Amino acid sequence: MAMTTAIQNLQAADSSANQTPFLVVDRVSKVYPTKDGSYTVLKDVNLTVHQGEFICVIGHSGCGKSTLLNMVSGFSHPTEGEVRLQGKPIIKPGPDRMVVFQGYALLPWLSVFENVYLGVNSVYPEKSKAEKTRIVKEHLAMVGLADSMEKKPPQISGGMKQRVAIARALAIRPEVLILDEPFGALDAITKEELQEELLKIWNDHRCTVLMITHDIDEALFLADRLVMMTNGPAADIGEVLDIPFRRPRDRARIMEAPEYYKLRNYALDFLYNRFAHDDTE
Amino acid sequence: MTLAQKRTPTTSTRKPVNSKLMQRLDDIVSPLIALIILLAIWQVLASIPGLTTLPTPVRVVQETWMPLIAYPFYNNGGTDKGLFWQVMSSLQRVAIGYSLAAIVGISLGIVVGMNQRVAKSLDPIFQILRTVPPLAWVPIALAALQQNQPSAIFVIFITALWPILINTAVGVRQIPADYNNVAQVLQLPKSEYFFKILFPAALPYIFTGLRISIGLAWLAIIAAEIVMSGIVGIGFFIWNAYQNNQVSEIILALVYIGLVGWLLDKMMERLQMLILPSGQR
Repeated sequence: MAMTTAIQNLQAADSSANQTPFLVVDRVSKVYPTKDGSYTVLKDVNLTVHQGEFICVIGHSGCGKSTLLNMVSGFSHPTEGEVRLQGKPIIKPGPDRMVVFQGYALLPWLSVFENVYLGVNSVYPEKSKAEKTRIVKEHLAMVGLADSMEKKPPQISGGMKQRVAIARALAIRPEVLILDEPFGALDAITKEELQEELLKIWNDHRCTVLMITHDIDEALFLADRLVMMTNGPAADIGEVLDIPFRRPRDRARIMEAPEYYKLRNYALDFLYNRFAHDDTE
Repeated sequence: MTLAQKRTPTTSTRKPVNSKLMQRLDDIVSPLIALIILLAIWQVLASIPGLTTLPTPVRVVQETWMPLIAYPFYNNGGTDKGLFWQVMSSLQRVAIGYSLAAIVGISLGIVVGMNQRVAKSLDPIFQILRTVPPLAWVPIALAALQQNQPSAIFVIFITALWPILINTAVGVRQIPADYNNVAQVLQLPKSEYFFKILFPAALPYIFTGLRISIGLAWLAIIAAEIVMSGIVGIGFFIWNAYQNNQVSEIILALVYIGLVGWLLDKMMERLQMLILPSGQR
Protein backbone atom coordinates (compact mmCIF):
# COMPACT_ATOMS: atom_id res chain seq x y z
CA MET A 1 0.00 0.00 0.00
CA ALA A 2 2.76 2.35 1.00
CA MET A 3 4.53 1.61 -2.25
CA THR A 4 1.57 2.33 -4.44
CA THR A 5 0.55 5.51 -2.65
CA ALA A 6 4.03 6.90 -2.84
CA ILE A 7 3.46 8.79 -6.00
CA GLN A 8 5.51 11.83 -6.54
CA ASN A 9 3.24 14.78 -6.79
CA LEU A 10 4.75 18.14 -7.33
CA GLN A 11 1.78 19.68 -9.04
CA ALA A 12 -1.56 19.01 -7.43
CA ALA A 13 -3.31 20.81 -10.25
CA ASP A 14 -2.29 18.36 -12.93
CA SER A 15 -2.32 15.34 -10.70
CA SER A 16 -3.50 12.37 -12.65
CA ALA A 17 -3.10 9.81 -9.90
CA ASN A 18 -5.63 7.04 -10.04
CA GLN A 19 -6.54 7.47 -6.36
CA THR A 20 -8.85 10.20 -5.18
CA PRO A 21 -6.79 12.84 -3.44
CA PHE A 22 -7.48 12.97 0.29
CA LEU A 23 -5.74 16.12 1.40
CA VAL A 24 -4.89 18.78 -1.16
CA VAL A 25 -2.76 21.86 -0.66
CA ASP A 26 -3.79 23.88 -3.69
CA ARG A 27 -1.58 26.79 -4.81
CA VAL A 28 -1.25 28.07 -1.28
CA SER A 29 0.59 31.28 -0.46
CA LYS A 30 0.95 32.86 2.92
CA VAL A 31 1.83 36.52 3.28
CA TYR A 32 2.28 38.25 6.62
CA PRO A 33 1.95 42.01 6.78
CA THR A 34 4.88 43.61 8.60
CA LYS A 35 6.01 47.16 9.32
CA ASP A 36 8.26 47.24 6.25
CA GLY A 37 5.75 45.83 3.81
CA SER A 38 4.50 42.31 3.38
CA TYR A 39 6.54 39.20 4.04
CA THR A 40 5.84 36.13 1.93
CA VAL A 41 6.42 32.95 3.90
CA LEU A 42 5.09 30.43 1.42
CA LYS A 43 4.52 30.90 -2.28
CA ASP A 44 2.45 28.66 -4.55
CA VAL A 45 2.76 25.48 -2.56
CA ASN A 46 1.08 22.40 -3.99
CA LEU A 47 0.86 19.01 -2.35
CA THR A 48 -1.49 16.08 -2.63
CA VAL A 49 -1.63 13.52 0.14
CA HIS A 50 -3.46 10.23 -0.11
CA GLN A 51 -5.40 8.59 2.65
CA GLY A 52 -3.23 6.66 5.06
CA GLU A 53 0.03 8.14 3.87
CA PHE A 54 2.84 9.03 6.22
CA ILE A 55 4.39 12.32 5.13
CA CYS A 56 7.41 13.97 6.70
CA VAL A 57 8.24 17.61 6.06
CA ILE A 58 11.82 18.76 6.36
CA GLY A 59 13.50 22.12 5.83
CA HIS A 60 15.58 24.75 7.54
CA SER A 61 14.05 26.78 10.31
CA GLY A 62 12.04 29.68 9.00
CA CYS A 63 11.06 27.89 5.82
CA GLY A 64 7.40 27.85 6.70
CA LYS A 65 6.98 24.16 7.57
CA SER A 66 4.94 25.02 10.64
CA THR A 67 2.96 27.60 8.68
CA LEU A 68 2.10 24.94 6.12
CA LEU A 69 0.94 22.47 8.76
CA ASN A 70 -0.95 25.19 10.62
CA MET A 71 -2.99 25.73 7.51
CA VAL A 72 -3.86 22.05 7.45
CA SER A 73 -4.82 22.09 11.13
CA GLY A 74 -6.78 25.30 10.56
CA PHE A 75 -4.92 27.58 12.98
CA SER A 76 -3.72 29.68 10.07
CA HIS A 77 -5.36 30.55 6.78
CA PRO A 78 -3.81 30.76 3.31
CA THR A 79 -3.55 34.24 1.85
CA GLU A 80 -4.09 32.68 -1.55
CA GLY A 81 -5.21 29.23 -2.57
CA GLU A 82 -6.83 26.72 -0.27
CA VAL A 83 -6.31 23.51 1.63
CA ARG A 84 -8.98 20.85 1.16
CA LEU A 85 -9.65 17.70 3.13
CA GLN A 86 -11.83 15.22 1.25
CA GLY A 87 -12.89 18.00 -1.09
CA LYS A 88 -13.96 20.41 1.66
CA PRO A 89 -11.92 23.55 2.32
CA ILE A 90 -10.36 23.78 5.78
CA ILE A 91 -11.69 26.79 7.70
CA LYS A 92 -10.96 26.18 11.36
CA PRO A 93 -9.29 23.66 13.69
CA GLY A 94 -11.20 20.51 14.37
CA PRO A 95 -10.71 17.08 15.93
CA ASP A 96 -10.59 15.42 12.50
CA ARG A 97 -7.14 17.01 12.14
CA MET A 98 -5.66 16.44 15.56
CA VAL A 99 -2.36 18.03 16.42
CA VAL A 100 0.46 16.77 18.61
CA PHE A 101 1.93 20.07 19.69
CA GLN A 102 5.64 20.81 19.91
CA GLY A 103 5.56 21.49 23.66
CA TYR A 104 3.14 18.58 24.33
CA ALA A 105 0.45 21.04 25.48
CA LEU A 106 -0.77 18.85 28.31
CA LEU A 107 -2.81 20.53 31.01
CA PRO A 108 -0.69 20.29 34.17
CA TRP A 109 -3.66 20.40 36.56
CA LEU A 110 -5.30 17.34 35.00
CA SER A 111 -4.04 13.79 35.44
CA VAL A 112 -2.76 11.83 32.46
CA PHE A 113 -6.11 10.08 32.29
CA GLU A 114 -8.08 13.33 32.47
CA ASN A 115 -5.95 14.93 29.78
CA VAL A 116 -6.89 12.20 27.33
CA TYR A 117 -10.47 12.02 28.61
CA LEU A 118 -10.99 15.73 27.94
CA GLY A 119 -10.60 15.15 24.21
CA VAL A 120 -12.59 11.91 24.07
CA ASN A 121 -15.41 13.52 26.04
CA SER A 122 -15.52 16.50 23.73
CA VAL A 123 -15.47 14.50 20.50
CA TYR A 124 -17.85 11.71 21.57
CA PRO A 125 -20.39 13.46 23.79
CA GLU A 126 -22.99 10.80 22.95
CA LYS A 127 -20.93 7.87 24.22
CA SER A 128 -21.44 6.54 27.76
CA LYS A 129 -18.98 7.33 30.49
CA ALA A 130 -17.86 3.71 30.69
CA GLU A 131 -17.27 3.62 26.94
CA LYS A 132 -15.23 6.83 27.01
CA THR A 133 -13.21 5.55 29.95
CA ARG A 134 -12.52 2.36 28.02
CA ILE A 135 -11.28 4.33 25.00
CA VAL A 136 -8.95 6.43 27.16
CA LYS A 137 -7.53 3.41 28.97
CA GLU A 138 -7.06 1.50 25.74
CA HIS A 139 -5.03 4.32 24.18
CA LEU A 140 -2.96 4.93 27.27
CA ALA A 141 -2.16 1.23 27.39
CA MET A 142 -1.20 1.40 23.73
CA VAL A 143 1.52 3.95 24.48
CA GLY A 144 2.60 2.02 27.57
CA LEU A 145 1.18 4.36 30.20
CA ALA A 146 -1.42 2.11 31.81
CA ASP A 147 0.38 2.43 35.14
CA SER A 148 0.78 6.19 35.12
CA MET A 149 -2.81 7.27 34.46
CA GLU A 150 -3.27 9.03 37.77
CA LYS A 151 -0.03 10.98 37.59
CA LYS A 152 0.04 14.67 36.73
CA PRO A 153 2.16 15.85 33.77
CA PRO A 154 4.79 17.62 35.95
CA GLN A 155 5.52 14.25 37.57
CA ILE A 156 6.37 12.42 34.36
CA SER A 157 9.31 12.56 31.93
CA GLY A 158 9.38 14.30 28.55
CA GLY A 159 9.09 11.00 26.72
CA MET A 160 6.04 10.06 28.79
CA LYS A 161 4.47 13.46 28.16
CA GLN A 162 4.88 12.97 24.43
CA ARG A 163 3.26 9.55 24.77
CA VAL A 164 0.29 11.13 26.52
CA ALA A 165 0.02 13.73 23.76
CA ILE A 166 0.06 10.98 21.14
CA ALA A 167 -2.53 8.93 23.07
CA ARG A 168 -4.73 12.02 23.39
CA ALA A 169 -4.45 12.65 19.66
CA LEU A 170 -5.16 9.06 18.60
CA ALA A 171 -7.97 8.46 21.09
CA ILE A 172 -10.27 10.72 19.10
CA ARG A 173 -9.57 8.84 15.84
CA PRO A 174 -8.50 11.77 13.67
CA GLU A 175 -8.49 11.55 9.88
CA VAL A 176 -5.20 13.38 9.84
CA LEU A 177 -2.60 13.38 12.57
CA ILE A 178 -0.33 16.42 12.57
CA LEU A 179 2.92 16.29 14.51
CA ASP A 180 5.16 19.34 14.85
CA GLU A 181 8.66 18.06 15.62
CA PRO A 182 7.30 15.63 18.17
CA PHE A 183 10.58 14.05 19.19
CA GLY A 184 12.90 17.04 18.91
CA ALA A 185 13.35 17.51 22.65
CA LEU A 186 13.87 13.87 23.54
CA ASP A 187 17.06 11.92 24.09
CA ALA A 188 18.20 9.57 21.32
CA ILE A 189 17.00 6.32 22.91
CA THR A 190 13.56 7.58 23.88
CA LYS A 191 13.29 9.09 20.44
CA GLU A 192 13.92 5.78 18.69
CA GLU A 193 11.51 3.99 20.99
CA LEU A 194 8.78 6.48 20.29
CA GLN A 195 9.41 6.42 16.55
CA GLU A 196 8.89 2.68 16.58
CA GLU A 197 5.76 2.99 18.70
CA LEU A 198 4.38 5.65 16.40
CA LEU A 199 4.96 3.45 13.36
CA LYS A 200 3.28 0.50 15.03
CA ILE A 201 0.27 2.57 16.03
CA TRP A 202 0.06 4.10 12.58
CA ASN A 203 0.13 0.60 11.10
CA ASP A 204 -2.89 -0.33 13.22
CA HIS A 205 -4.82 2.93 12.83
CA ARG A 206 -3.92 3.87 9.28
CA CYS A 207 -4.59 7.54 9.76
CA THR A 208 -2.88 10.01 7.50
CA VAL A 209 0.18 11.52 9.16
CA LEU A 210 1.88 14.86 8.51
CA MET A 211 5.01 15.31 10.57
CA ILE A 212 7.59 18.06 10.75
CA THR A 213 11.09 16.90 11.52
CA HIS A 214 14.67 18.10 11.48
CA ASP A 215 16.06 14.62 11.41
CA ILE A 216 16.66 12.97 8.03
CA ASP A 217 17.08 9.49 9.55
CA GLU A 218 13.80 9.86 11.38
CA ALA A 219 12.07 10.82 8.15
CA LEU A 220 13.63 7.93 6.22
CA PHE A 221 12.55 5.47 8.89
CA LEU A 222 8.97 6.74 9.20
CA ALA A 223 7.74 8.33 6.01
CA ASP A 224 6.28 7.17 2.72
CA ARG A 225 7.30 10.48 1.22
CA LEU A 226 9.63 13.18 2.39
CA VAL A 227 8.64 16.72 1.50
CA MET A 228 11.73 18.93 1.30
CA MET A 229 11.17 22.65 1.47
CA THR A 230 13.27 25.42 -0.02
CA ASN A 231 14.37 28.34 2.12
CA GLY A 232 12.20 31.33 2.95
CA PRO A 233 11.13 33.96 2.20
CA ALA A 234 8.63 32.74 -0.38
CA ALA A 235 9.50 29.11 0.36
CA ASP A 236 8.10 26.32 -1.69
CA ILE A 237 8.25 22.55 -1.81
CA GLY A 238 11.56 21.92 -3.50
CA GLU A 239 11.28 18.23 -4.01
CA VAL A 240 9.29 15.25 -2.76
CA LEU A 241 11.35 12.17 -2.12
CA ASP A 242 9.75 8.71 -2.31
CA ILE A 243 10.90 6.38 0.42
CA PRO A 244 10.21 2.93 -0.90
CA PHE A 245 11.22 0.70 2.02
CA ARG A 246 8.84 -2.18 2.62
CA ARG A 247 6.67 -2.09 5.73
CA PRO A 248 6.74 -3.08 8.48
CA ARG A 249 10.13 -1.46 8.66
CA ASP A 250 13.04 -2.66 10.66
CA ARG A 251 15.51 0.05 11.54
CA ALA A 252 18.60 -2.14 11.30
CA ARG A 253 17.47 -3.69 8.03
CA ILE A 254 16.75 -0.44 6.21
CA MET A 255 19.96 1.13 7.39
CA GLU A 256 21.85 -1.69 5.68
CA ALA A 257 20.11 -1.12 2.40
CA PRO A 258 22.32 0.67 -0.15
CA GLU A 259 19.31 2.73 -1.15
CA TYR A 260 19.16 4.18 2.33
CA TYR A 261 22.42 6.04 1.85
CA LYS A 262 21.49 7.15 -1.62
CA LEU A 263 18.31 8.70 -0.26
CA ARG A 264 20.08 10.08 2.77
CA ASN A 265 22.83 11.68 0.72
CA TYR A 266 20.30 13.05 -1.69
CA ALA A 267 18.35 14.71 1.12
CA LEU A 268 21.54 15.98 2.74
CA ASP A 269 22.68 17.42 -0.55
CA PHE A 270 19.33 19.16 -0.94
CA LEU A 271 19.45 20.67 2.54
CA TYR A 272 23.11 21.54 2.85
CA ASN A 273 24.27 22.27 -0.70
CA ARG A 274 21.42 23.15 -2.95
CA PHE A 275 19.38 24.95 -0.31
CA ALA A 276 21.95 25.60 2.35
CA HIS A 277 20.81 27.85 5.13
CA ASP A 278 22.16 31.34 4.76
CA ASP A 279 23.31 32.37 8.20
CA THR A 280 23.94 35.96 7.22
CA GLU A 281 20.20 36.58 7.04
CA MET B 1 28.22 28.74 47.89
CA THR B 2 29.41 25.38 46.57
CA LEU B 3 31.07 24.64 49.87
CA ALA B 4 27.92 25.30 51.81
CA GLN B 5 25.90 23.16 49.47
CA LYS B 6 28.33 20.30 49.82
CA ARG B 7 28.40 20.47 53.55
CA THR B 8 24.69 20.52 54.27
CA PRO B 9 23.86 17.05 52.96
CA THR B 10 26.73 15.37 54.81
CA THR B 11 25.73 16.78 58.17
CA SER B 12 22.07 16.13 57.58
CA THR B 13 22.70 12.51 56.66
CA ARG B 14 24.72 11.99 59.77
CA LYS B 15 22.20 13.44 62.18
CA PRO B 16 19.01 14.00 60.24
CA VAL B 17 16.61 14.42 63.16
CA ASN B 18 18.95 16.52 65.23
CA SER B 19 19.88 18.98 62.50
CA LYS B 20 16.26 19.41 61.47
CA LEU B 21 15.33 20.20 65.02
CA MET B 22 18.25 22.60 65.24
CA GLN B 23 17.09 24.27 62.05
CA ARG B 24 13.57 24.67 63.48
CA LEU B 25 14.92 26.00 66.76
CA ASP B 26 17.13 28.42 64.88
CA ASP B 27 14.10 29.69 62.94
CA ILE B 28 12.51 30.67 66.22
CA VAL B 29 15.52 31.68 68.27
CA SER B 30 17.06 34.11 65.78
CA PRO B 31 13.98 36.33 65.40
CA LEU B 32 13.43 36.13 69.14
CA ILE B 33 16.93 37.46 69.82
CA ALA B 34 16.37 40.24 67.30
CA LEU B 35 13.10 41.12 69.00
CA ILE B 36 14.70 41.25 72.43
CA ILE B 37 17.47 43.52 71.13
CA LEU B 38 14.93 45.88 69.51
CA LEU B 39 12.85 45.98 72.68
CA ALA B 40 15.97 46.72 74.70
CA ILE B 41 16.89 49.62 72.42
CA TRP B 42 13.36 50.97 72.74
CA GLN B 43 13.52 50.55 76.53
CA VAL B 44 16.78 52.49 76.69
CA LEU B 45 15.71 55.28 74.33
CA ALA B 46 12.34 55.76 76.02
CA SER B 47 14.02 55.91 79.41
CA ILE B 48 16.20 58.88 78.49
CA PRO B 49 14.45 61.86 80.05
CA GLY B 50 13.31 64.59 77.68
CA LEU B 51 13.80 62.55 74.50
CA THR B 52 10.27 61.26 73.97
CA THR B 53 6.99 60.87 75.81
CA LEU B 54 6.52 57.34 74.44
CA PRO B 55 6.23 54.76 77.21
CA THR B 56 8.87 52.08 77.55
CA PRO B 57 7.86 48.52 76.61
CA VAL B 58 7.79 47.57 80.26
CA ARG B 59 5.39 50.41 80.99
CA VAL B 60 3.22 49.44 78.05
CA VAL B 61 2.75 45.99 79.50
CA GLN B 62 2.18 47.35 83.01
CA GLU B 63 -0.41 49.88 81.89
CA THR B 64 -2.36 47.55 79.64
CA TRP B 65 -2.18 44.37 81.69
CA MET B 66 -5.51 45.05 83.39
CA PRO B 67 -7.82 44.42 81.68
CA LEU B 68 -6.60 44.46 78.07
CA ILE B 69 -3.89 41.80 78.07
CA ALA B 70 -5.27 39.68 80.85
CA TYR B 71 -8.91 39.70 79.70
CA PRO B 72 -9.20 39.90 75.92
CA PHE B 73 -12.77 38.52 76.10
CA TYR B 74 -14.37 41.03 78.49
CA ASN B 75 -17.52 42.75 77.33
CA ASN B 76 -19.02 45.76 79.10
CA GLY B 77 -21.37 46.60 76.26
CA GLY B 78 -21.09 49.45 73.75
CA THR B 79 -17.56 49.93 72.49
CA ASP B 80 -16.05 48.89 75.84
CA LYS B 81 -14.98 45.40 74.85
CA GLY B 82 -11.87 43.26 75.05
CA LEU B 83 -9.32 43.29 72.25
CA PHE B 84 -10.49 39.89 71.01
CA TRP B 85 -13.93 41.35 70.28
CA GLN B 86 -12.45 44.49 68.77
CA VAL B 87 -10.33 42.40 66.40
CA MET B 88 -13.24 40.08 65.62
CA SER B 89 -15.50 42.98 64.65
CA SER B 90 -12.87 44.33 62.32
CA LEU B 91 -12.21 40.88 60.87
CA GLN B 92 -15.91 40.40 60.26
CA ARG B 93 -16.03 43.56 58.17
CA VAL B 94 -12.92 42.43 56.32
CA ALA B 95 -14.47 39.02 55.67
CA ILE B 96 -17.59 40.54 54.12
CA GLY B 97 -15.85 43.26 52.11
CA TYR B 98 -13.07 40.95 50.99
CA SER B 99 -15.43 38.17 49.91
CA LEU B 100 -17.44 40.65 47.87
CA ALA B 101 -14.22 41.95 46.32
CA ALA B 102 -13.14 38.40 45.49
CA ILE B 103 -16.46 37.52 43.84
CA VAL B 104 -16.69 40.76 41.84
CA GLY B 105 -12.96 40.94 41.12
CA ILE B 106 -12.62 37.40 39.79
CA SER B 107 -15.78 37.51 37.66
CA LEU B 108 -15.08 40.95 36.26
CA GLY B 109 -11.40 40.05 35.79
CA ILE B 110 -12.34 37.03 33.68
CA VAL B 111 -14.64 39.14 31.51
CA VAL B 112 -11.96 41.80 31.08
CA GLY B 113 -9.28 39.19 30.40
CA MET B 114 -11.33 37.43 27.75
CA ASN B 115 -12.54 40.47 25.89
CA GLN B 116 -10.03 42.81 24.26
CA ARG B 117 -12.55 45.59 23.75
CA VAL B 118 -13.81 45.55 27.32
CA ALA B 119 -10.21 45.48 28.52
CA LYS B 120 -9.26 48.46 26.38
CA SER B 121 -12.28 50.48 27.50
CA LEU B 122 -12.02 49.77 31.20
CA ASP B 123 -8.30 49.51 31.83
CA PRO B 124 -7.60 53.25 32.16
CA ILE B 125 -10.48 53.61 34.61
CA PHE B 126 -9.17 50.72 36.70
CA GLN B 127 -5.65 52.08 36.65
CA ILE B 128 -6.82 55.44 37.98
CA LEU B 129 -9.28 54.12 40.55
CA ARG B 130 -6.83 51.63 41.99
CA THR B 131 -4.46 54.41 43.07
CA VAL B 132 -7.12 56.13 45.18
CA PRO B 133 -6.11 55.48 48.80
CA PRO B 134 -8.62 53.74 51.09
CA LEU B 135 -9.05 56.82 53.31
CA ALA B 136 -10.13 58.91 50.34
CA TRP B 137 -13.03 56.54 49.74
CA VAL B 138 -14.36 57.05 53.28
CA PRO B 139 -16.18 60.38 52.78
CA ILE B 140 -17.66 59.14 49.51
CA ALA B 141 -18.80 55.93 51.15
CA LEU B 142 -20.33 57.81 54.09
CA ALA B 143 -22.07 60.26 51.81
CA ALA B 144 -23.45 57.50 49.61
CA LEU B 145 -24.34 54.90 52.21
CA GLN B 146 -25.09 57.12 55.26
CA GLN B 147 -24.19 54.47 57.85
CA ASN B 148 -20.87 53.42 59.34
CA GLN B 149 -21.11 49.65 58.92
CA PRO B 150 -21.89 49.47 55.19
CA SER B 151 -19.43 52.29 54.53
CA ALA B 152 -16.60 50.44 56.25
CA ILE B 153 -17.40 47.32 54.24
CA PHE B 154 -17.49 49.35 51.05
CA VAL B 155 -14.06 50.84 51.75
CA ILE B 156 -12.61 47.34 52.21
CA PHE B 157 -14.37 46.12 49.09
CA ILE B 158 -13.08 48.94 46.90
CA THR B 159 -9.54 48.64 48.27
CA ALA B 160 -9.31 44.89 47.88
CA LEU B 161 -11.03 44.80 44.50
CA TRP B 162 -8.31 46.14 42.19
CA PRO B 163 -5.45 43.71 42.74
CA ILE B 164 -7.86 40.76 42.42
CA LEU B 165 -9.45 42.18 39.29
CA ILE B 166 -6.25 43.21 37.56
CA ASN B 167 -4.38 40.00 38.38
CA THR B 168 -7.28 37.83 37.26
CA ALA B 169 -7.47 39.70 33.95
CA VAL B 170 -3.73 39.28 33.42
CA GLY B 171 -4.00 35.59 34.32
CA VAL B 172 -6.71 35.04 31.74
CA ARG B 173 -4.78 36.95 29.10
CA GLN B 174 -1.61 34.96 29.84
CA ILE B 175 -3.13 31.54 29.25
CA PRO B 176 -0.49 29.76 27.13
CA ALA B 177 -1.43 29.67 23.44
CA ASP B 178 -0.89 25.90 23.51
CA TYR B 179 -3.78 25.39 25.93
CA ASN B 180 -6.10 27.52 23.84
CA ASN B 181 -4.98 25.64 20.73
CA VAL B 182 -5.85 22.35 22.40
CA ALA B 183 -9.28 23.74 23.26
CA GLN B 184 -9.77 24.87 19.66
CA VAL B 185 -8.68 21.68 17.98
CA LEU B 186 -10.80 19.57 20.34
CA GLN B 187 -13.65 22.07 19.97
CA LEU B 188 -14.24 22.04 23.70
CA PRO B 189 -17.65 23.29 24.81
CA LYS B 190 -17.60 26.70 26.56
CA SER B 191 -18.26 25.34 30.05
CA GLU B 192 -15.60 22.68 29.66
CA TYR B 193 -13.12 25.32 28.46
CA PHE B 194 -13.92 27.51 31.43
CA PHE B 195 -13.53 24.89 34.14
CA LYS B 196 -10.79 22.73 32.64
CA ILE B 197 -8.58 25.37 31.01
CA LEU B 198 -9.35 29.03 31.68
CA PHE B 199 -9.95 28.93 35.42
CA PRO B 200 -7.11 26.57 36.40
CA ALA B 201 -4.70 28.39 34.08
CA ALA B 202 -5.55 31.76 35.63
CA LEU B 203 -5.62 30.41 39.20
CA PRO B 204 -2.01 31.24 40.14
CA TYR B 205 -2.60 34.86 39.10
CA ILE B 206 -5.92 34.96 40.93
CA PHE B 207 -4.16 33.81 44.08
CA THR B 208 -1.49 36.47 43.69
CA GLY B 209 -4.28 39.06 43.58
CA LEU B 210 -6.09 37.52 46.54
CA ARG B 211 -2.93 37.55 48.62
CA ILE B 212 -2.09 41.17 47.87
CA SER B 213 -5.68 42.12 48.60
CA ILE B 214 -6.00 40.46 51.98
CA GLY B 215 -3.16 42.65 53.24
CA LEU B 216 -4.68 45.76 51.72
CA ALA B 217 -8.11 44.93 53.12
CA TRP B 218 -6.67 44.70 56.62
CA LEU B 219 -4.86 48.03 56.16
CA ALA B 220 -8.07 49.60 54.89
CA ILE B 221 -10.25 48.52 57.78
CA ILE B 222 -7.99 50.19 60.32
CA ALA B 223 -8.04 53.40 58.30
CA ALA B 224 -11.79 53.23 57.76
CA GLU B 225 -12.64 52.56 61.40
CA ILE B 226 -10.47 55.35 62.71
CA VAL B 227 -12.71 57.93 61.10
CA MET B 228 -15.95 56.12 61.90
CA SER B 229 -16.77 56.97 65.47
CA GLY B 230 -18.71 54.80 67.85
CA ILE B 231 -18.21 51.36 66.32
CA VAL B 232 -16.56 48.30 67.80
CA GLY B 233 -13.33 47.60 65.97
CA ILE B 234 -9.59 47.74 66.43
CA GLY B 235 -9.32 50.89 64.29
CA PHE B 236 -11.73 52.89 66.34
CA PHE B 237 -10.18 51.44 69.49
CA ILE B 238 -6.92 53.13 68.50
CA TRP B 239 -8.62 56.42 67.78
CA ASN B 240 -10.48 56.29 71.06
CA ALA B 241 -7.28 55.54 72.96
CA TYR B 242 -5.57 58.46 71.24
CA GLN B 243 -8.41 60.81 72.21
CA ASN B 244 -7.91 59.71 75.83
CA ASN B 245 -4.14 59.93 75.60
CA GLN B 246 -3.62 56.22 76.31
CA VAL B 247 -0.47 55.67 74.27
CA SER B 248 0.21 52.24 75.78
CA GLU B 249 -3.17 50.98 74.55
CA ILE B 250 -2.37 52.21 71.06
CA ILE B 251 0.92 50.33 71.06
CA LEU B 252 -0.75 47.15 72.25
CA ALA B 253 -3.39 47.50 69.51
CA LEU B 254 -0.62 47.90 66.92
CA VAL B 255 0.88 44.60 68.05
CA TYR B 256 -2.52 42.94 67.61
CA ILE B 257 -2.97 44.48 64.17
CA GLY B 258 0.44 43.32 63.05
CA LEU B 259 -0.09 39.79 64.30
CA VAL B 260 -3.52 39.50 62.69
CA GLY B 261 -2.23 40.85 59.37
CA TRP B 262 0.61 38.37 59.44
CA LEU B 263 -1.78 35.53 60.23
CA LEU B 264 -4.09 36.53 57.37
CA ASP B 265 -1.20 36.45 54.93
CA LYS B 266 -0.04 33.06 56.24
CA MET B 267 -3.57 31.75 55.85
CA MET B 268 -3.71 32.81 52.23
CA GLU B 269 -0.30 31.25 51.64
CA ARG B 270 -1.53 27.97 53.11
CA LEU B 271 -4.64 28.07 50.98
CA GLN B 272 -2.52 28.72 47.92
CA MET B 273 -0.29 25.73 48.73
CA LEU B 274 -3.33 23.53 49.31
CA ILE B 275 -5.21 24.43 46.16
CA LEU B 276 -2.53 25.06 43.53
CA PRO B 277 -0.83 21.96 42.13
CA SER B 278 2.90 21.88 42.75
CA GLY B 279 3.79 22.63 39.13
CA GLN B 280 1.96 25.94 39.19
CA ARG B 281 3.20 27.65 42.33
